[in-house]
Amino acid sequence: MVPSDSHVIVVKPSKGWISLKLKELWEYRELLYFMAWRDIKVRYKQTVLGAAWAIIQPFFTMVVFSIFFGKLAGVPSDGLPYPIFAYAALVPWTFFANGLNQSSNSLVGNANLIKKVYFPRLVVPISSVISGLVDFVLAFIVLLGMMLVYGIFPTINIVWLPFLLLLTLVSGLGVGLWLSAMNVQFRDVRYTVPFLTQFWLFATPIAYPSSLLSEPWRTIYGINPMVGVVEGFRWALLGADTAPGPIIIVSSLVALGLLVGGGFYFRRMEKTFADVI
Amino acid sequence: MRDIAIRTDGLSKQYRIGIRHNGYRTLRDTLTDAFAAPFRRARRLFRGQPYGAADMNETIWALKDVSFEIKRGEVVGVIGKNGAGKTTLLKILSRITEPTKGQAEIYGRVGSLLEVGTGFHPELTGRENIYLNGAILGMRKAEIEQKFDEIVDFAEIEKFIDTPVKHYSSGMYVRLAFAVAAHLEPEILLVDEVLAVGDAAFQRKCLGKIGDVVKEGRTVLFVSHNMGAIHSLTKSCIYLKSGRIEGHAKTQQIINQYLDDISEQRINARAEVDFYRRDIQSSSPARLTRIWVNDQTKAIPTLEMGADFSIFVEIEVREQLKRANLTVVLKDIQGRRAALFFSWDNDFSLSLEVGIHVVELGIDGLPLTPGHYFVDIGVNQSPNAAAYDVIQDLPLFEIAEKGKIIHWHDRPWGSVHWNKVCWKVVS
Repeated sequence: MVPSDSHVIVVKPSKGWISLKLKELWEYRELLYFMAWRDIKVRYKQTVLGAAWAIIQPFFTMVVFSIFFGKLAGVPSDGLPYPIFAYAALVPWTFFANGLNQSSNSLVGNANLIKKVYFPRLVVPISSVISGLVDFVLAFIVLLGMMLVYGIFPTINIVWLPFLLLLTLVSGLGVGLWLSAMNVQFRDVRYTVPFLTQFWLFATPIAYPSSLLSEPWRTIYGINPMVGVVEGFRWALLGADTAPGPIIIVSSLVALGLLVGGGFYFRRMEKTFADVI
Repeated sequence: MRDIAIRTDGLSKQYRIGIRHNGYRTLRDTLTDAFAAPFRRARRLFRGQPYGAADMNETIWALKDVSFEIKRGEVVGVIGKNGAGKTTLLKILSRITEPTKGQAEIYGRVGSLLEVGTGFHPELTGRENIYLNGAILGMRKAEIEQKFDEIVDFAEIEKFIDTPVKHYSSGMYVRLAFAVAAHLEPEILLVDEVLAVGDAAFQRKCLGKIGDVVKEGRTVLFVSHNMGAIHSLTKSCIYLKSGRIEGHAKTQQIINQYLDDISEQRINARAEVDFYRRDIQSSSPARLTRIWVNDQTKAIPTLEMGADFSIFVEIEVREQLKRANLTVVLKDIQGRRAALFFSWDNDFSLSLEVGIHVVELGIDGLPLTPGHYFVDIGVNQSPNAAAYDVIQDLPLFEIAEKGKIIHWHDRPWGSVHWNKVCWKVVS
């Protein structure tokens, strides 16, 4: 059994905003691991292409973008070959969008668990975002391959990549926490998410560079945390001379705000989960 | 203080139920409501109120002012009819849902078994599911590894441990699920109706496992409709009725109170029988839908010792039955079998068309000793295949003492009072 801190549990109605109980979450880290592991194991069961789907999704989006935006519309790409310009953005984007999508539906998808067993509910959306890391790694390997083909070598700024990845995760989870908790009561969320991610895709400089905007608009654009992530990836990996500077700060703050706000909102709604799910 | 395991104080839980006001409504009301409702709901969404709270004014107290204390090492049964609040109580104590009012203090680590196999994933193998389910129930990885062989052994599935559980038979699935849960070692164990699964042999094994837990001196709160199990495992019981504590005393006393209480009611509706149904696929060709004794005036009639009586079984036949067997087992309050009636033994079998039929079993002069009796009834087509449907531990009747025997209350000896005997001093 997971030890409780003092061996005395007091069960009573909670009021208002309640603590995130991060300590308890830490005690349940093994469950987090097992749930993520389950999602990974199960995701591509009974599919013909299996894990290839992790690559197909961003890769073919890149192909479509290259044809329509790169070739036909002639969208600029910060001096980089358009395909790699788009793909370097699509890799973190796909991780974000899938994480957002899966965490939004995670509570409803695990309704039976929530009705029958106690554990910190935060485990559910967090593990579903984390399980997307495997897909990210696969898509990222393809990105490295493409860089070789195009003869682009990463700059020293690549050391920032883990931070950028974390920012992606925080953004996806932050939004996912809000949506998953709302989804318990309003299944409308499920129908909103595909629309939301599609809209968000075009609101993020994936098919086009953020350098199309002039300051201060470009920095303000960073309110969309994925702007910071995408520009950061291009800068760290491809050496695009669009150092994200202030954008990344704005994006990080927004992402952190989303996560903390989402965490508290989630905890507040948590008491109704088992009853209404 | 230290010897208390669970203390609750005025624990209450209110649920909203979805009954809409069906009064007079104008089109204008409906229209304004259609515009206002999404905003009202959105507002509630941010306040953490349940869905549609504005639309559902009808509420029900699933649990009301429940206060009790359970000592460390005590094994307490919780009984009550469907909807009396038993599961709600366990859900609150295991922190799955919050009480609306009141509080509970729990001294020690809690493990709850509200349903076996929660979180099993059909695509994963038995081995993988043991780890996943163990983690969900709160076991550490090291702990699961240590008990792994024991779990596999208990479940009797060695050969299939690396097969995805979607290929398991329902029996194997349930055995594995229970095996994982049974190896939880919390200080306080909350158990819901988990014994209504698997075949009779496995049920005995599960009961035995719970008995071991009890012997180890852990605190157990045990919800069951199986009076035999309650009787043999617990010393005291809580009787819940419509969300309130109706009684909390020695097991025997509470069981009698409970059975006396329900005996006055009209004969069981179909839902009542469902309560005692062993988990069987709904596609079964025949279902036992109602069971009663003599006339239908009382749910649990009182019979005179040795009097003739008839058991009636209503069967819903969905696919034609050909020479099916009906088994009736009478059990005493301790779950011991007192009498067996096997229709094939009496050269009687059921060949019934699709529809609803009632079968009568007349029993003459069976001298059961005074007390409450329960019935297991099963219908099966072949001796080798699983039964089509089984009703278990349904309270059936009470045998009253009519001054024929010198009777100590709750005399625990035997079930047959045989009076065709001859006593004499021979030397």
